[in-house]
Amino acid sequence: MTDLSKRLASEKRFKYFAMFAMCLSLFFVVILMLKIFTTGSGAFIRTTIEASVYFDPSAIEVTNESSVKAINKASYVNLADQIVKDNHPNLSDEKFILVREMYTRKFDFQLRDYIASNPNIIGKTVTMEITASSDLDQIVKGNYPRDVPEAQRKINDYQLSVLDSLDADGKISSTFNLWFFTNGDSRDPETAGILGALMGSFYALLICFSFAFPVGLLASIYLEEFVRPGKLTDFIEVNINNLAAVPSIVYGLLGLGMLIGVFGMPYQVPLVGGLVLGFMTLPTIIIASRASLRGVPPSIREGALAVGATKTQTVFHHVIPLSLPGSLTGTIIGMAQALGETAPLLMVGMVAFVMDIPGGALDPATGLPSQIYLWSESAERGFLEKTSAGIMLLLGFLIIMNTIAVIIRRKLEVKW
Amino acid sequence: MIYISLLLVFLVSYSFYFIGKKRALNISTQRDQTLSALPDYYGYYSVIIILVPAILIWFFLLIFKSNFQEIYVMSPFLFPDIDTWSASKTGLIMNKITNLSYIVNLSDIDLSVGDKSILKMASDSELIAAKNLASFDKIYGWANVTLFIILPVFLGFIATRSISSKLNAQPIVERVISYVIKGSSYIAILITFGIFFSLIFEAVNFFRYVNFVDFFFNTSWNPNRAFVINASEGFDQEALKDAFGFIPLLTGTILIATVAMIVAIPLGLLTAIYLAEYASTRVRDIAKPIIEILAGVPTVVYGFFAALSLAPFIKDVGESVGLPVSAESALAAGLAMGVMIIPFVSSLSDDVIKAVPNSLREGAYALGATKSETIKKVVLPAALAGIMGSFLLAISRAIGETMIVVMAASLRANLTFNPLEPATTITTQIVTSLIGDVEFDNPKTLVAFALGLTLFIMTLILNVAAILIVKKYREKYD
Repeated sequence: MTDLSKRLASEKRFKYFAMFAMCLSLFFVVILMLKIFTTGSGAFIRTTIEASVYFDPSAIEVTNESSVKAINKASYVNLADQIVKDNHPNLSDEKFILVREMYTRKFDFQLRDYIASNPNIIGKTVTMEITASSDLDQIVKGNYPRDVPEAQRKINDYQLSVLDSLDADGKISSTFNLWFFTNGDSRDPETAGILGALMGSFYALLICFSFAFPVGLLASIYLEEFVRPGKLTDFIEVNINNLAAVPSIVYGLLGLGMLIGVFGMPYQVPLVGGLVLGFMTLPTIIIASRASLRGVPPSIREGALAVGATKTQTVFHHVIPLSLPGSLTGTIIGMAQALGETAPLLMVGMVAFVMDIPGGALDPATGLPSQIYLWSESAERGFLEKTSAGIMLLLGFLIIMNTIAVIIRRKLEVKW
Repeated sequence: MIYISLLLVFLVSYSFYFIGKKRALNISTQRDQTLSALPDYYGYYSVIIILVPAILIWFFLLIFKSNFQEIYVMSPFLFPDIDTWSASKTGLIMNKITNLSYIVNLSDIDLSVGDKSILKMASDSELIAAKNLASFDKIYGWANVTLFIILPVFLGFIATRSISSKLNAQPIVERVISYVIKGSSYIAILITFGIFFSLIFEAVNFFRYVNFVDFFFNTSWNPNRAFVINASEGFDQEALKDAFGFIPLLTGTILIATVAMIVAIPLGLLTAIYLAEYASTRVRDIAKPIIEILAGVPTVVYGFFAALSLAPFIKDVGESVGLPVSAESALAAGLAMGVMIIPFVSSLSDDVIKAVPNSLREGAYALGATKSETIKKVVLPAALAGIMGSFLLAISRAIGETMIVVMAASLRANLTFNPLEPATTITTQIVTSLIGDVEFDNPKTLVAFALGLTLFIMTLILNVAAILIVKKYREKYD
């Protein structure tokens, strides 16, 4: 036997060691969240440049009498260039290109939308807040250093001097970046939005739910209420537990090889993505649902059987309503996992550049996590911000879904 | 279109639920006959009569669509000598017609130069076939919708007509329900088989291009070679010998998973011990959910974190002490993966430790053991099997993890066990080989399935071992 004081010291050491390990784990959570929030918050703000805009009829292909369709089809590139020239008079051609780069490339679309929503504007002059280019935006936000040599900057000395004079006139301002929530993806960070990916994920989850919830619920009923224990049930049980631990990328390959390759379903669509996510979520739902069926006391079943209900009636009229909150909790947690799953979406092609906002489960789309992946692969600093903002949004949805699950568990689950 | 027709089937069957129920009620109230079952069951009966055949036919039409397509396009009127064609020739012509069908109806303005020459080279009958094919989807869709309006309504009328007081709907309905729930639980098995067969099927195709032994024992991995050789004269096994060597991927996967385990196992286990044995209820209630947040964070977030912050940080630290560290080092990916797996290990081990009966602890205390001695010499040995199970699941998780390594690990295969060097993994290569053009006749695409199959078998062995160990362990203390 060692000395008692040594033993007590080792006891203390062990305890602090364990405590340190736990604190380190907690520390990782804090670091991760901090990093995401500090890089991402900028994406919700965009820099704008105030300019007086004269809708010169000679530079516009349409008139006040044109139809909406004609307005949407026409080009406004010349008008955009002219407005930049009007606001920065006496520029040489070379300098004009530099100044034009300070405004968003999609300026003409901003003009088109303005004309479409304000009829009779042509020929008039208004003051507009024009979105700045992403590089300018990053300078204003302080994410790009200003004091490095010119060759290392995206914005050169001349553009900086123009920026400073604009700033001195009070024309540079920051507004809430609504585009981030209303646009689809774009090649330019300043106009890229998350709505397309959000809708893609929404349709995929809808498909995932409508497949996995009914099938999972019914399977758990069979395994828990109807089946006699035997070799087959053991096999199904091991099988389901194994499916819960199969890497998600393998489900993606199932989607690609089976659904797309054999059944000829289309590539890139939320229908296939949703089905694959559904296959993945199924074991989670079955396991949760079985646990909640097991929680319903036998007295409920015996009471129903005693008054003459059949087995089916007992289960469907009495047991399921009592176990449903538990199944739903499991389903929501499973769906939250599915929402964050990226690899299967990559496999079924939901990771392409899609500008349009998908209108259904059969339109090409990306998902929220695959959009995050796409943006993270992009080299521009502006997309870094978008990536973090996308992650914040994704985490927000996960927190909401998990909170709903907790509320359902607290409020509706019956305690026996 | 075909999905609209499925929706139609459901709508029609839903309305026949009410019609069937109404008819049963009419029989009992107006004709004053006693029904053999509750009125609801006659509604369910109608739904079953409609849904079961309609959905079977729907699936049949979905699966055999391409066969119908071929029959429709490859008519003997267009190609008189079709009977003499070999199967591969038919396939080639069908491919050509499919490609033509995308462009055949476009106007001249929308055609690029290459497309025009393809159009000129096609024969007249091929062009007609292509036009037919272009219109096939529309015709097929409309035929589908029409069929799935007429068929359910027809079936619905049959069902409604057959309802009488003598018909006992209840046992029929209950039997169908029992089939449906049985079928649902078999879907889980079907998914496993589906995974297995879709992987095997494409993997076998892959091994037609690449020798089995070359794949598993070769040490060089350059899948881009398949591109270079592709265009000219097809593939031959000699040329692809050094293109798909699995060994560097395996070592990369093991390297990164090892780094992850070195982080996750001690931290996860100690966290679990602290939470289960030392922490007060209040600390436990706060700390446990926070650590579980780590488990709920999507892996794409860890990947972003690893690539953006961790990898540059490790590179800077390494360079400041004079070590050459790659920007895509296995260490960064492994560390991020380890952090992801901490809660996985801790919550599984926590459950296992809590399941050890208190009598064992009390026995140790009674002999004068301190708390840490009890944990180290009594609780952990008793929980060993369960903890091992959770480690195995964690390893399976680490080798199957995709996004972290796709974003933070290297794409270049590198046969090394040095964590400061770049390394690639099985999952990374699956993703890279499938991003871009997916062609099921190119070994560069097909290799993903061979890799997937290997990955699936590796994780399957780990998972089943873990499941069986944990199951045995539970039985021991239940």
